Amino acid sequence: MTEKELKKICNTVRQDIISMIAEAKSGHPGGSLSIVEILVALYFGGILNHNPKKPKWEERDRFFLSKAHACPALYSVLARAGYLPIKELKTLRKLGSRLQGHLDRVKLPYVESSAGALAEGLSLGIGAALAAKFSHKKWWTYVLMSDGEQQEGQTMEAMMFAKQYKIDNLTGIIDVNGLQIDDWTIEEMGGAFLKERYQAFGWHVLDIDGHNIEQIIEACQTAKSIHKQPTVILARTTKGQGVSFMENKVEWHGQAPDKKQAQAALKELKQEAKEIEKIKEVI
Amino acid sequence: MDLSKDLYQKEKLEQRPTRDGYGEGLVELGRKNPDIVVLCADLTDSTRSEWFKKEFPERFIEVGIAEQNMLGIATGLALQGKIPFISTYSVFSPGLNWCQLRIGAYSQANIKVTGAHAGVSVGEDGATHQGLEDVATVRCIPEMTVLSPCDYLETKKATIAAAQIKGPVYLRFAREATPVFTAKKTPFKIGRAEVFRKGGDATIIACGPTVHEALLAARQLEEEGLSVGVINNHTVKPMDEETVIEAAERTGAIVTAEDHQVMGGMGSAVAEVLAKNEPVPIEMIGVQDRWGESGSPDELMKEFHLLAEDIKKAVKKVIRRK
Repeated sequence: MTEKELKKICNTVRQDIISMIAEAKSGHPGGSLSIVEILVALYFGGILNHNPKKPKWEERDRFFLSKAHACPALYSVLARAGYLPIKELKTLRKLGSRLQGHLDRVKLPYVESSAGALAEGLSLGIGAALAAKFSHKKWWTYVLMSDGEQQEGQTMEAMMFAKQYKIDNLTGIIDVNGLQIDDWTIEEMGGAFLKERYQAFGWHVLDIDGHNIEQIIEACQTAKSIHKQPTVILARTTKGQGVSFMENKVEWHGQAPDKKQAQAALKELKQEAKEIEKIKEVI
Repeated sequence: MDLSKDLYQKEKLEQRPTRDGYGEGLVELGRKNPDIVVLCADLTDSTRSEWFKKEFPERFIEVGIAEQNMLGIATGLALQGKIPFISTYSVFSPGLNWCQLRIGAYSQANIKVTGAHAGVSVGEDGATHQGLEDVATVRCIPEMTVLSPCDYLETKKATIAAAQIKGPVYLRFAREATPVFTAKKTPFKIGRAEVFRKGGDATIIACGPTVHEALLAARQLEEEGLSVGVINNHTVKPMDEETVIEAAERTGAIVTAEDHQVMGGMGSAVAEVLAKNEPVPIEMIGVQDRWGESGSPDELMKEFHLLAEDIKKAVKKVIRRK
């Protein structure tokens, strides 16, 4: 897929996120918008080995969304990849929907686990990576975490374990957007020193621009070449990316846009779509 | 019922801790099923997961003192088709990783969580190490199976049976050696309470090693002219409601007995069933909303009123309330 095509998908996913959360009248736009490029790189950029026609294919790569409040982004990506009907996106957070407010693996079998309690993802991913090692399988495990959840002790338990057991068939990705519910990610507990912390815990650290798809793809490829050591990608992002009035605003962590705000956001995104169309690609 | 022939002669019975049944059950499972994986949080010897580690080191994972990570890793393994058993003290698991257990159960992960050192019978280590709230905290999680087997042999059967059902299971066992009073032939089926003794005046519904105290109590009461039944209610959830209701209908009085807080434990679960279906007088033997403490297991069982003599008093009281 070309860079232009990937950018178009990102734009579509962002429009989905706004429409879904506005329709649901609740949800988490900020942290959904910040992970769009990461998810699109994984699902459309040739990183994840997956097949929407065979969602339970045993050799598939495993993807765990630890920051599950950002699930609207994942639901949209899954729909755009062909796992679910696009019209189902409108059911987000409604009674009887498969698209729960946080991930439900039983209702929606295209996600690898139920999730919603922060810090669980890395442990779950390590379990999946160990299962691959036990069964001599080649599939890869990806875990997308938030910077806020790095405050949870469980994350550190998992960091230590991954080093000790040389979990080198898993790539951790952290959406470093710097914001959490209460404030800017409480500096010394979360967002700051992530690089130093992971390095001190024996991880290989890659530091990239989390909105640059090329960099994400390249980092994911590099991570696969690191042996006998776990790797984490610090993807520097902007919370609310793509919607000017949501960017870097803590209040858009867990608040739905009203009709007017949604229209304004969609207008901006549609304008961006036009700009993307203008990109001339050299093939 | 096929029970030990020396059932009522405590001194003749072999004494073994229920945790030994877990250790042996794991080894037997490991030999039969390559998907069995055992995890432990720095307590391999005292949880007996050491025995599995010795035979299957490649399928044993020492996670260190990190119970939350242990449960998360187990869930990740289970979602890929492995059958992980996690081992540590019940005060730490589910005590420290209840939220992780809840999410694992919500994923319908095939995880087997075991809580060693349950009950005041832990002894000298005191309150911090005596798991008295574990059943209460896990049984309210939807889709959990909760097991509290009565002796070493039954714990072995329960361990093996836990691997044979799909879904999250919590299995509790104890540190102290207690009488092995069941036999190889004694039936064990998850979800089915076993009537160990029939009686018409009252029924004692017990779980864990306390079942043996209940049997001794019933035997002594027989000498005093009372006919008292004993049910081994090893599956706290899903409870065998039919057997429990039938006992209440037939005898009209129930005593529950367990080495756990009465609040939220097996007795509470029985009371929930009977309040809805067959409200009869109930007395509850267990830890009465207080902290455990240091002491020898024997002293503590006496101090906390978990012995046959205490159960006898409760039976007489409940019969008076009929």
